[in-house]
Amino acid sequence: MVDLWQGLSQAFWLVITADETLVEIALRSLRITLSALVLACLIALPLAAFLAVRRFRYRRFVIAVLNALMGLPPVVVGLVVYILLSRSGPLGALGLLFTPTAMIIAQMIIIVPLIASIAHQSLRDLWHDYHDLLISMNVTQTQKMMTLLWDARRALLTAALAGFGRGIGEVGAIMIVGGNIDNVTRVLTTAIALETGKGQFSLALALGFVLIALALAVNLAIHGLSRTEREGRW
Amino acid sequence: MVSAVFPLKVSGALTRHKGKVLVGPVDLELDGAGTCVVLGPNGSGKTTLLRMLHGIARLHGGTINWACGTEAARNAQAFVFQQPVMLRRSVLDNLIYPLRLRGVPRHEARQKAGEWAARAGLTGMLEREATVLSGGERQKLALARALMGDPALVFLDEPSASLDGRATREIEEILTTSSAAGTRFILATHDMGQARRLASRVIFLLAGKVHESGPAEAFFAGPITPEARAFLKGDIVE
Ligand SMILES: Nc1ncnc2c1ncn2[C@@H]1O[C@H](COP(=O)(O)OP(=O)(O)OP(=O)(O)O)[C@@H](O)[C@H]1O
Ligand SMILES: [Mg+2]
Repeated sequence: MVDLWQGLSQAFWLVITADETLVEIALRSLRITLSALVLACLIALPLAAFLAVRRFRYRRFVIAVLNALMGLPPVVVGLVVYILLSRSGPLGALGLLFTPTAMIIAQMIIIVPLIASIAHQSLRDLWHDYHDLLISMNVTQTQKMMTLLWDARRALLTAALAGFGRGIGEVGAIMIVGGNIDNVTRVLTTAIALETGKGQFSLALALGFVLIALALAVNLAIHGLSRTEREGRW
Repeated sequence: MVSAVFPLKVSGALTRHKGKVLVGPVDLELDGAGTCVVLGPNGSGKTTLLRMLHGIARLHGGTINWACGTEAARNAQAFVFQQPVMLRRSVLDNLIYPLRLRGVPRHEARQKAGEWAARAGLTGMLEREATVLSGGERQKLALARALMGDPALVFLDEPSASLDGRATREIEEILTTSSAAGTRFILATHDMGQARRLASRVIFLLAGKVHESGPAEAFFAGPITPEARAFLKGDIVE
């Protein structure tokens, strides 16, 4: 119990004194996960819309795989990305191992199936509603997808936030591909793991509270922003 | 372009579901002006016939020939469903949707939407979410949205099913005005009064088949088949 209180008060001090290392680590966490999130959405949302409107032979199979991949163990993703990016790996020449870019790639791989699966569920329901009308209007495949994505935007936001949550709290994969290098690839979660290992429980806890606060703040900010948007595009 | 959709020639058209014939075989020729009313008891296949003609129910046999060809005909048509489909956006955005699909600039589409909203009695609701509208308002919105794109032919599936007397009259006024301006309607209903007011031609369906078809005056003056006669009198026909 003492540790919890100590952690909380230390977190408080770190925040109000805007501790330089803390700010740097937190911003890096945010930058990496938000980058991964944007890239993941660019892949997952069109994919989800495509799966909702298009009937093709292996559609069910693709959806089942996507759902299964939601439970992809981050450590395994980290390991695979590590092997791909390591010196002798197929992408070794890019020299990306132990860089933030490698961490973005790993997080992206982890959250794409999650976002795509959640998004697909709501787009599928919406498509069920819209099907007759859009078919009747003879809209193109792209227009169908755009219409669904636009009208389901609130549900998609939730999908994106779930992705963000998984990304920001993830440690297994980015530890492996990022290496937890001070000033380069150390983020909140890897710092927590490190401090815990060193027995610095209250510092670890402090970082944990900052992590939670950060996740909350991003969620609130995005929800706030989404309420201000007006008017459809179509 | 407006009248080029007709004449329509349907021969042996048939649609099935799991081997069971839902509607057909239908042989039909539609020409001339005005509104064609499809009559028939519940489950007789009115909705299915309309969907088949529009091309959104699969055709399992026979042919449906529009004068201008299937693709052009399809783009010149609109469909108002028995349960209107509301896009999850504002009433205004619902109205302009068909025009935006065709790349009509937003301000132009908005102006037209304003006019149609006024005609359909939806003024003052433009900013509202379409999904909160009442059943009657939804039907009016669906009709206005269908007419926004200046279609040559509109399919209407029970357009006043959940409307009160006044709203029904508003809708019928819109139909009459548009009809006078050259828009053609194929309308399914089991509201006899409405059929008499709007029809220039009647198709009477029974158990998925065209039981009787012809000019409205002749049909209402005295249908040939006993089933149609019974239906007109308000008796139950099987
Ligand atoms: N997709 C479908 N699968 C199975 N049966 C169907 C399908 N669509 C229609 N039917 C059946 O075909 C018949 C005709 O249906 P339809 O909806 O065309 O009737 P309707 O004349 O429009 O009836 P109502 O007046 O109640 O609207 C009904 O018996 C219905 O159950
Ligand atoms: Mg029906």
